[in-house]
Amino acid sequence: MPAALAVSGLAKRYGRVQALRGVDLEVREGELVGLLGPNGAGKSTLVKIACGLVRPSAGAATVGGAPAGSRAALRQLGYLAELFRFPGWYSADEVLRLHQSLTGSTGGEAERTRLLELVALADARNRRVEAMSKGMQQRLGIAQALVGEPRLLLLDEPTSALDPVGRRTVRELLERLRGGGVSVLLNSHLLSEVELVCDRVAILLDGAVVAAGTPEELAQARGVEIETDEGRRVYEDARREDAPRIVEELVAAGRKIYGVSVRTSTLEEVYLDAVGGETS
Amino acid sequence: MRGIGTIVRYGLEEALRRKVFVVVLLLTAGFLFLYWLGNHYAFRDLSGVQAPAGVDARDFAGSFVFGLAMFATLFLGVVLAIFLTIGAVSGDAERGLLQPLVVRPVGRSSLLVARLLGAAGVCVPYVLAVYFASMAITASEGHWWPDRIVVPGLELAGAVALVAALGLLGSVFLSSIANGIAIFMVFGAGLVAGLLGTIGHALGSHTLQRAAKIAAYVIPVEALYQDALGQITANTQGVTRFVLQLGPFGGAYIGGTAVRLWAAAYLAAVVALALFAFARRDL
Repeated sequence: MPAALAVSGLAKRYGRVQALRGVDLEVREGELVGLLGPNGAGKSTLVKIACGLVRPSAGAATVGGAPAGSRAALRQLGYLAELFRFPGWYSADEVLRLHQSLTGSTGGEAERTRLLELVALADARNRRVEAMSKGMQQRLGIAQALVGEPRLLLLDEPTSALDPVGRRTVRELLERLRGGGVSVLLNSHLLSEVELVCDRVAILLDGAVVAAGTPEELAQARGVEIETDEGRRVYEDARREDAPRIVEELVAAGRKIYGVSVRTSTLEEVYLDAVGGETS
Repeated sequence: MRGIGTIVRYGLEEALRRKVFVVVLLLTAGFLFLYWLGNHYAFRDLSGVQAPAGVDARDFAGSFVFGLAMFATLFLGVVLAIFLTIGAVSGDAERGLLQPLVVRPVGRSSLLVARLLGAAGVCVPYVLAVYFASMAITASEGHWWPDRIVVPGLELAGAVALVAALGLLGSVFLSSIANGIAIFMVFGAGLVAGLLGTIGHALGSHTLQRAAKIAAYVIPVEALYQDALGQITANTQGVTRFVLQLGPFGGAYIGGTAVRLWAAAYLAAVVALALFAFARRDL
C-alpha cells in the first residue's frame, strides 16, 4: 500500500526565496507525524504542496500514490489551513453541507452531526460563523477537514487559537483518528502538543529537514542523575547502560541510593539544538 | 458538474446574503423612476424638442433617451460584474476563503468556470431586465420603439458577461482593489475611444475613426455597446441616421455579426487565459 503522503526531493522557490530545498518525508498509514520548525522554515509550503495549493519547483509529492493536487489525491485528504475563513453568513451546519457537496460525501445529516459532536460544536450547529469565537471557528475548520472521511489529514497550526480544553479535545480527536487508521501531518509550534501525540517528528530549518525520527530517537542522553544520602549528583557523560555500574560502585562505597533517573533531552531541547535558536 | 453547481449556488448565496441584490434593486428602482420621469416630461413636451433640421423629433427624443438608458444599463451591469468578480481568486485567497474550496476534488477549472457562471447568471438577467424595463417605459411614455428589440439587449448582456470574464482574469493576477481599478479603467478607455470615434465622425477624420474602431475591437465591450446603439436605429436613414450616430456616450455604429463573433472569440480567449493562469497560481 502506498504511503499516505510521500515527498521526495521537494523544492520550492518563490522568486529569490528558496522555501524548500530537497525535502524527503513520508507519512505512513495511520501515522501521526509532527512538522516543526521556526517561522519561514517551509512547513506551510510543504503542506500546501501536499494539498495542491502550491506547485513545487522540483521533486514530487504523492497522496496515496496519486500526484499531489490531482483529483485522486484531493479525494483522499482533508486540509485545515493556518489562515482560513469561512463565509460569515454560513452556519456551522451549512459550512459542512457545502463541503459534503464538494467532496461528494453521502454522509448527510448523520455525518454532520457526528463531526460537530467530535469537535464539541453540537450546540452551535445553527450558529453563524461570524458569531463564533476564533477557537470555535478553528474547531469547525477541523470538522470541515474531516468531511468525507479522508485518509490523510493535513493540519496547519490547528490549535493556535484554542484554549487548553480545546487543545485537549483536538489531541484526543487526533489520537482517535490515528486509531481509526487516518494519517495526520501536523504542523505546529506547540512542541508539547507534538510530543504528546506524534509518532514521528520532522524538524525543518531553512527549507531542509535537519532532524527526523520518533521523539525517543531524537531525544539525546543528558547523563544519569542519582540521589544518595549525600544528595543529588549528575553524571553528565553517563548513558542509560552505565546506570547499574554507577549504582554498584556507590553501594560498594557505602552510599545509600534513594533514586536513579536517566536524563534525556525534551523535544523542546532537541528542537532548540536543531534550529540553533532561530525564530524566523 | 456537481461541483460547478455547488460553487454557482455558493456565489449566488454570497451575493444574496451580502445584500448585493438588495442594494442593486434599490438603486435600479431609483434609476428606473428617474428614467420614467425623464421620459414623461421629454415626450409630454415633444413639441418643444429642438431636433436638427430633417430629423423626426420623436425618433430623436426616443433614441436619445433610450440610448442614455442603454448606457446606464451597461454601466450598472458593469459595476455589478466587477464587484462580483474582482476578488474571486486573489481577494478570496488573501482572506483565506478560497483554499478550503480549492483542496476539494472539484478542480480549479470547474471552480473558476462556476464563479463566471455565477456572476454571469446574475449580471445577464439583470441587464436584460433593466434593458426591457427601460424600453417599456419609453414605449409607454413616448410611443417609440427601437428598430431592433432583442439584439441590442443581448449585446449589452454579452458586454457585461465579457466584463465579468475580464474581472475573473484580473483576479488571478491582481488584488481586489487593483483589479477593480484596472477593469474600470479598461471600461473607461473603451468609452473614451467611442467618444473619440464620435468626434472623428463629426469632423470627418478617418484617422480618429480608425483609431476608435481599433480601440473598440481591442475592448469589445465598447464594440458591442456601439453596435447595440446602432441597432436601435438600424432602419433610420439620411440626416436622422447621421445625427443619431453621434448618439449619447459614444457613437452608434453597426458592427454586425463580425463584432459579435469577435466578442465571442474574445470571451473564449479571456476564459481560457484565466483557466491557464489559475491552474498555475500558487495559493
